[in-house]
Amino acid sequence: MTDRSQTLGVAYAGQQTSLVFKARALFLKHEWVRGYTLLSPTLLVMICLMCLPLFMLFSYSFWTQNYLDIDKSFTLTNYGAFFQKPIYVALMMKSIRMSLFCTFITLILAYPMAYFIAFKVKSNKLVWLILITVPFWTSYLLRVFAWKVILGFNGVINSGLISMGLLDEPLQFLLYNPTAVVLTLAHAWAAFAILPIYVSLEKIDRALLEAATDLGDTPTERFWRVTWPLSLPGVIAAGLLVFIPTVGDYVTPRLVGGTTGIMIGNIIQSQFGKANNWPMGAALSVISMLLIALLVVTFIVSTTRARAKTS
Amino acid sequence: MTDATASSLTARKAAEDTRGEETPQFVQSKHEGYHWTSEAPMFLYAVWYLAFLYIPVLFLPLFSFNDSIYVAFPLKGFTLEWYGDMVDNPALLRALENSVKVGFTVAVATTFLGLFAAKAMTRYHMPGKGPVTSFIMLPLVVPGIILGIALLVITNQLGMELSLFTIGLAHTLICVPFAMLVLISRLEGFDKNLEEASLDLGEGAIQTFIRVTLPLAWPGILASLLLTFTISFDEFILAFFLAGNEVTLPIYIWSQLRFPSRLPMVLSLGACILVFSFFLVTFAEVMRRRGVGPQGGAAI
Amino acid sequence: MSREDYISMWNTSKHFGSVKAVDDITFDIGEGEFFSLLGASGCGKTTLLRMLAGFEQPTLGNIYIDGQPQAGVPPHHRPVNMVFQNYAIFPHLNVHKNIAYGMRKSGLTKAEVDRKVDEMLELIKLPGYGARGAHQLSGGQRQRVALARALIKQPKVLLLDEPLGALDKKLREQMQLELRALQRDVGITFVFVTHDQEEAMTMSDRIAVMSLGKVLQIDSPTHLYEVPKVKEVADFIGTINFFEGSIRGRRNGSTVIDAAGLGTVHSTAAGADAPASGEITVAIRPEKFSLTFRQPNVQTNVVEGTMEAAAYLGDRSHYYVHVEGREAPIAVASQNAQRLLDAVDADRHDRVWLTWEEESALLLSA
Repeated sequence: MTDRSQTLGVAYAGQQTSLVFKARALFLKHEWVRGYTLLSPTLLVMICLMCLPLFMLFSYSFWTQNYLDIDKSFTLTNYGAFFQKPIYVALMMKSIRMSLFCTFITLILAYPMAYFIAFKVKSNKLVWLILITVPFWTSYLLRVFAWKVILGFNGVINSGLISMGLLDEPLQFLLYNPTAVVLTLAHAWAAFAILPIYVSLEKIDRALLEAATDLGDTPTERFWRVTWPLSLPGVIAAGLLVFIPTVGDYVTPRLVGGTTGIMIGNIIQSQFGKANNWPMGAALSVISMLLIALLVVTFIVSTTRARAKTS
Repeated sequence: MTDATASSLTARKAAEDTRGEETPQFVQSKHEGYHWTSEAPMFLYAVWYLAFLYIPVLFLPLFSFNDSIYVAFPLKGFTLEWYGDMVDNPALLRALENSVKVGFTVAVATTFLGLFAAKAMTRYHMPGKGPVTSFIMLPLVVPGIILGIALLVITNQLGMELSLFTIGLAHTLICVPFAMLVLISRLEGFDKNLEEASLDLGEGAIQTFIRVTLPLAWPGILASLLLTFTISFDEFILAFFLAGNEVTLPIYIWSQLRFPSRLPMVLSLGACILVFSFFLVTFAEVMRRRGVGPQGGAAI
Repeated sequence: MSREDYISMWNTSKHFGSVKAVDDITFDIGEGEFFSLLGASGCGKTTLLRMLAGFEQPTLGNIYIDGQPQAGVPPHHRPVNMVFQNYAIFPHLNVHKNIAYGMRKSGLTKAEVDRKVDEMLELIKLPGYGARGAHQLSGGQRQRVALARALIKQPKVLLLDEPLGALDKKLREQMQLELRALQRDVGITFVFVTHDQEEAMTMSDRIAVMSLGKVLQIDSPTHLYEVPKVKEVADFIGTINFFEGSIRGRRNGSTVIDAAGLGTVHSTAAGADAPASGEITVAIRPEKFSLTFRQPNVQTNVVEGTMEAAAYLGDRSHYYVHVEGREAPIAVASQNAQRLLDAVDADRHDRVWLTWEEESALLLSA
């Protein structure tokens, strides 16, 4: 064998030495080289538009605002300010509480809907899926704005009830409070929650459900012992997809939250607007991100542990 | 309809036929408890849920035709005055033009980037594919305000002027994950062997892309263009931080919210945008879910 | 005469991470040969085929086609074409355009290409199907179109990746014969991947039996069946009974073995790579036994046993015979040349005798 390969090896040596040929051989030989070459423009764009800006934001949080200039010497002043001013900490905690509450409501409302589409809809699944998804793609600002119109002092609900003679004067509590914020957010993020739950339900092998019934489970038992545990990954994903973005929202609190409904996002935004203290705004963002990351990681770790224990 | 589409649809139909009935017949008679989970209450809930999703936004078009500057019942009368206001408003038209410009550019750019990435993700074994995918998906879960101010500070540090271009960059960042997701599910929807067959028959990578991948991925590409356009067109949170003197439509709307007298005009504008987005997105959704199973593409 | 090393694999390996899908394979395929790669799924046969096509590059070693090294040659520059397992018919193109797909760079005019496509449609017995959409074809028709699409390129080698697996049994048997006839007509080297031994044996000039990335034996169908070189091959191709034994010596040109269950065995089976002494495995195919209900008048290669089970299969019957010194029953197959209405009743535990020819007792390494 060896002498055979040597003879032919010599005959084709000329072809193999060309540099272009070698490069092409490398390209062909390693699939990952081809894959990453194809991926590189996208990756580069994402690095430039996400990693670098986030890194800059991080640096900013260690600088200070000096009237119109930025003082670039390293300092932890901004972080100190966060812990010294109780308003920041309180607002942060309130934002997280409101987001959690909103996530909870969204999930509870979304689960039966996802279950319905996954198990009960037979012929028009596509239509239902599209009906659920379409509002999600349409303007967030307008969807929030619609709630302002509905809940307002002279809004749809109040004026409607008054014109029907059910009320004498407008209800004060509808708009400009945390409940209005939670309701609006739950509405705005509904589609985000349904899809992951739906996907995890759809993936469940129907034979498992039949097996559970065959082994004597009632439909309720079967739901809690088979369907629910198998859909948990979707529920968790949905929860994270709703919780994380809502913590930082500033549009909804601003439009329907009033003074009691403001969240950390509003404070951050004002640092880049009226308050004009960018480094402080950067520090608040970094703290929010870290806190969210911490919560998410703790949550994921504890749920995976709990599931490892039960299974 | 393509062949892969047809076969996957038939396969799905068959699968649904065999397993569609969640509870087998014999169980229904065995367990009386079956009836409480029967279809009717769930269906009612589903209808209620759709109403919850749709009715709030329907008030915008409703009041946009109401002959009163107050958004309140009872309705006063039908008018097109507010739509007229909209058309005679140069600032609004300017913002509309800007939004279309940004949206169009972003849609084309991100669909290209998404297509490259989707092709790499679906066709090659690569170490670290999982983490890289998560990285590209990150903008979906990072709060918009943080992405917005991060881009703002770096723009500021680089000495760049805020403009439509900076808005476009921000929209590119959030649209790439969507474009990639839509296109991944499309590319997964047809057989990798088709591309290999083309290579095998003597076409190089580029020709294969043009003669096989593009025609087959076309519905996904169209869906991606429409969805990313809509996202950019409707996006407010990032654009708010990155807009210079030239504004996009959502920012224009935000600026008008301060003036109660402009409210009816904002309503009619909002109604137009909603209707426009609704049709665009419905069409995009139909395109992207066609031929991709009910699971594929629903991942976001 | 045509060259015998038309395709050459030299110490070819393909590793996926720590998995050796193809493990140091060296062999040749001759020009114009119908060559099959046979093995269970995961044995590396498809990976080997994909390396020939250029979709995978060998981790180590080299592949030569018609004397040309293929390292670094991308699929679209290789003189090979492939028929895919699921045919990969382009769903957006009609039959004509599918077949003409690879002709863009052929330098032929459109009229010439059209004529060639029509010739191909004749060849695959689908004349007039050019305008059909891909989704209007049945499984067998798709398979033919895939074949035509590859053959129109006049490749040096045609690669076929289980192309009959998706067809039903009747159609598959018909296509096997057609494919074999077609290959003789066009004279192109075929490399055919399958897990179906009957299919491989029906069509192939030679078969490479693969297992765990290695080639166990390359031989003609008859040789693989009659003279398997290793136990795995004997076991994989057809059914066979193995008996542990040890060599006692040689007498009159035959090897004498003490085998558990068979007693003393005389064997003249040649060509096996078994050792000349020591532990050995005797292997006998079920149909090489003859079964009688009376003690036969022979001294050697005979064993007495009791009938344990019998299965009547129409053209033949299968019997399972228990013998002293062996736990598993011996499988015996016999052609029902005469009408056999008085079926054997296994419940009676009849005493039976098995005899076999000296040349039928194969000797394999233990």
